[in-house]
Amino acid sequence: MASRFTGWKNMPIAAIIPWPGSTRENDRSSWRVLKPVIDQEKCVRCRMCWTYCPDGAIVETDKPYTTKSGRRYRITFEIDYRYCKGCGICAAECPVKAIAMVPEEV
Amino acid sequence: MVAPKFRTIWDIPREEKFAPGHSMCQGCAAALIVRHLMKVVGDAAIVVQATGCVEVTTTTFPQTAWLNPYIHLAFENAGAVASGIEAAIKVLKRKGVIPRDKKIKVVAIVGDGGTFDIGLQSLSGMLERGHDVMYVVYDNEAYMNTGIQRSSATPYGAWTTTTPVGSKWRGEWRPKKDLMGIVLAHRVPYFATANPAYPVDMLEKFRKAFEIEGPTVVHVIAPCPPGWRFASDKTIEVARMATLTGVWVNLEVEYGTPRVTVKVPKRKHVKHYLKLQGRFKHLTEEEIAKIQKMVDEYVESINKWVGEEAIGPVTD
Ligand SMILES: Cc1ncc(C[n+]2csc(CCOP(=O)(O)OP(=O)(O)O)c2C)c(N)n1
Ligand code: SF4
Ligand code: SF4
Ligand code: SF4
Ligand SMILES: [Mg+2]
Repeated sequence: MASRFTGWKNMPIAAIIPWPGSTRENDRSSWRVLKPVIDQEKCVRCRMCWTYCPDGAIVETDKPYTTKSGRRYRITFEIDYRYCKGCGICAAECPVKAIAMVPEEV
Repeated sequence: MVAPKFRTIWDIPREEKFAPGHSMCQGCAAALIVRHLMKVVGDAAIVVQATGCVEVTTTTFPQTAWLNPYIHLAFENAGAVASGIEAAIKVLKRKGVIPRDKKIKVVAIVGDGGTFDIGLQSLSGMLERGHDVMYVVYDNEAYMNTGIQRSSATPYGAWTTTTPVGSKWRGEWRPKKDLMGIVLAHRVPYFATANPAYPVDMLEKFRKAFEIEGPTVVHVIAPCPPGWRFASDKTIEVARMATLTGVWVNLEVEYGTPRVTVKVPKRKHVKHYLKLQGRFKHLTEEEIAKIQKMVDEYVESINKWVGEEAIGPVTD
């Protein structure tokens, strides 16, 4: 990010930001007090947490997963901890309580 | 067609069209609303945004969370800037600079302060002139980014920093302004209210508002943990309770015909909504009863308008 500032003469005019989506460079981990952890065994892949996460921090992947009891899933939900702010909405809205909010270590 | 109809949450595109890493608060409903809005409108939108929470948190120079062409403007002129851009697109199409069949639509995203208060005449002009603009209001019921000052969208009884609570003042003493009435007086082709706790309903309304030509308005309730005084994990619960109590009715008015899109056969007492939020914690039984009466009257007027009992009686 700092490398964008190569002197005032190279600054974009009118505060134009020619770097779309560049907030992706930020790591919001330090905002968290509690951290959501998904129990992949309990998760029924209902997509609720993904739908309600305000920060787009839950990623739906095509990774298959088979539970210990043999239930097969084609998708897996994972948390991208760079963007998760620890709000707890995912845990509150998960219908099977598969997400635990655990304290962050200092 | 930009997006097909939304029938279940599995119809929501997986790809994110609004970058994470912005600095909206933990549990911010406005962040969730914009995240889904951008999935619906995709690459075909030019975003116009008045200052407010979403603007100050997503455009912290030299970074931006936006992937679309985006313009930040003043607090009061979203409607005017949106109108100007739409007119320019028309001219460029006529001159052949932009292909005529290329779908480009201006989407204004504005807070309640920028809509109900300072941007109202700008919005009125845009609606009245009939610009092809989709206008989305995320309504967190106060001027949040400047420190929770009341707006004309703040509901009766709510504490804000400019409607304090003491022996003389009991929070906001005026009822919420009727934005729907104002918008519909302009005879727009599409108006809807939406709630992020009902995502499929919300996305389908975004889709319609984007597809329908002419000025369209979607008014979305946006619970705000710091401003409404509730814990960040309660955002969806608060939003859902707004609809279950009849405080917030999800409806749409397409070419003049109103329809309640989320019916609530058995309504909950308004206290269940108020008690979730610190901004209402000072309210007495009598004050709550008065708010219940206001909700009852609102629900009755909606039911009469749509011609059915879309929102039922209080049962709990
Ligand atoms: C003419 C003018 N007056 C005041 C301000 C300061 N200001 C910036 S945003 C804002 C309030 C925005 O409220 P709202 O539209 O509800 O958005 P929110 O912050 O709640 O998202 C104010 C008062 C300004 N930018 N311009
Ligand atoms: S805690 Fe909040 S930000 Fe983190 S993944 Fe859950 S819903 Fe998203
Ligand atoms: S809400 Fe719970 S069950 Fe549903 S996908 Fe998320 S973790 Fe899995
Ligand atoms: S103050 Fe409220 S509306 Fe503004 S970013 Fe924070 S949670 Fe969102
Ligand atoms: Mg506001």
